[in-house]
Amino acid sequence: MTRAVITHSPRRTSAEALPRVDMSTSLARLELPSPVLTASGCAAAGRELDQFFDITTIGAVVTKSIMMNPRSGRPTPRMAETPSGMLNSIGLQGPGIDSFLDNDLEWLRQRGARAVVSIAGGSVDEYTRLAARLRQVSDIAAIEVNISCPNVESRGQVFACDPLAAAEVIASVRRNTAPGIPVLAKLSPDVTDIVAIAKAVVSAGADGLSMINTLLGMVIDTNTMRPALAGVTGGLSGPAIRPVAVRCIFQVHAQLPDVPILGMGGIRTGLDALEFVLAGASAVSVGTATFNDPSAPARVAHELAVALAERGFERFEDAIGYAHRTPEPHAAPGGVVAVHPVNPEDDIADGDIRGGVEG
Amino acid sequence: MSENTRSGAIQVKGEVLSTRRAGDYHVLTLTAPGIPELARPGHFVALGVGGVTSANLLRRAFSIYTVQSRGVYGGTLEVVFAVSGAGTEWMAGLHRGQQVDIVGPLGKPFMLPKNPVPCVLVAGGYGSAPMFMLADALRARGCRVDVVFGAATESKLFGVLEAKRVAASITITTDDGSVGERGRVTDVLPTVIKRTDADVVYACGPMGMLREVAKVAAAHGAYSQCAVEESMACGIGVCMTCVLPVIGADGITRMVRSCVDGPIFRGDRVRWDDVDTIPDDVYGAPVKGGH
Repeated sequence: MTRAVITHSPRRTSAEALPRVDMSTSLARLELPSPVLTASGCAAAGRELDQFFDITTIGAVVTKSIMMNPRSGRPTPRMAETPSGMLNSIGLQGPGIDSFLDNDLEWLRQRGARAVVSIAGGSVDEYTRLAARLRQVSDIAAIEVNISCPNVESRGQVFACDPLAAAEVIASVRRNTAPGIPVLAKLSPDVTDIVAIAKAVVSAGADGLSMINTLLGMVIDTNTMRPALAGVTGGLSGPAIRPVAVRCIFQVHAQLPDVPILGMGGIRTGLDALEFVLAGASAVSVGTATFNDPSAPARVAHELAVALAERGFERFEDAIGYAHRTPEPHAAPGGVVAVHPVNPEDDIADGDIRGGVEG
Repeated sequence: MSENTRSGAIQVKGEVLSTRRAGDYHVLTLTAPGIPELARPGHFVALGVGGVTSANLLRRAFSIYTVQSRGVYGGTLEVVFAVSGAGTEWMAGLHRGQQVDIVGPLGKPFMLPKNPVPCVLVAGGYGSAPMFMLADALRARGCRVDVVFGAATESKLFGVLEAKRVAASITITTDDGSVGERGRVTDVLPTVIKRTDADVVYACGPMGMLREVAKVAAAHGAYSQCAVEESMACGIGVCMTCVLPVIGADGITRMVRSCVDGPIFRGDRVRWDDVDTIPDDVYGAPVKGGH
């Protein structure tokens, strides 16, 4: 099998002499030429971002979660800026699966972009029907199952916070999806033990994990002295949540080293992405950073390639989970020791990752 | 990566040429290679604030005030802003030569009449910023342009002198009567529409003002084109935060994005009284016991 290899020619003078890195990777059965994807809900269906970079060059477009029926979403205000992040309460506004397939997915297909379709439901049955509907179309790279939705049949309990409900959704989606199409379960960090949820969905048939969804948060407007969002609470995203995401991925990869992880949560630069990869992610999604910089997915991919080259990696895949190696000091692979952080402020801080990673 | 002109908007690194005060507002002049050639009246730009490591991630959207495609600095553009938070405070403190990341031009521009019909341009506060490019475009088509500017007080008006250059007449209102007539733009608008026999009313300002302007225009048989102000996170159509209920050509109300489907809307198509709500009859509205 030949692998597509994306080659990067770094523009930075200090990086010009660096060797090219094989950036190809895989998520279960899905081979990707680049490990950087968009994140669900932060890229619509790719068309708008294609103005700013060629979306066929990134790993894949992860589309905004789609449901069976058209949905108007929640009232405005839907968004509040927070320190190094934002809070959103969109309410999964969308056109419904039929319109999505006819317009958005069709556009991605004609454009030649890889599409990871995110689905969301209010019941196990809705997820099942979405999977069945997707089975009728070709040209999807994978399904990402957004289980951070309230289960209308269980008093609004969020699927992702209950290992049994999460497993039930994933098992049904897996059963109704073509065998060659990977099913990724997107996990919420708002749980006591994310490893337990990860194990539950993997046992139910998830081929991979997407980590992490937003954290539930709230902002109060000090002028009106009321909640800033019409939906009262919202999902916190952006660099503010990055350490939470890295911790979740590190913990899950330590316990389930063979389960591929698509990592996301506050990635803004190539070094941010590298943290996720070192923690155990096989690929990463760039989300909220796209609102700040619409070129971010392409830029992060380039910066990540440079960062890997600077550390002596010849293949992206060799860096996956590299932070889990035994803590003896040794040189980076290939004998290159010199490391020049692009952003000294963003350099990885010293200190232990605390909490429950030992089995 | 920074200059991709396959369609629509581009992302460029601009450089600050100057910042200056104008009453209570600031005018920021930036180099913006490539944007002036694409910009039409009513387009806006989304500026990154605070630099590449800024903790303020969301772009700030501003109507384009002026563009210049040629000159010593190549393409330049100007925006007008009021300091109202961390982002605009940073902008007010910019110095010549500093870099600002610009995405634009964004949104749908003002629709221009095919025939040389009389037009009234109404603005509240610095909502006048996009009106000068618009006035030039209308005059180039032979349209008579009359202007109504209003604000809370004199220092919150923007561009009155410049308006005198482009308009056949200018009417000013202030809430406190510090200049012009005491009152609101909609107090004087009926008279101006009747006097000029205007076919089109263009408006930019706070949502409450736009709602009233749209009503006055409709009552006098004029079309209205309103530039709405909704808070945005991305400005390019991916975040879904800037939605408002708008009636489509098919009669169906949808929650549409003001950044890509607007910011200019026909005044009679926006459900002004339902802004910040999800009307029961909107496309995809929650059904009882559903979702």
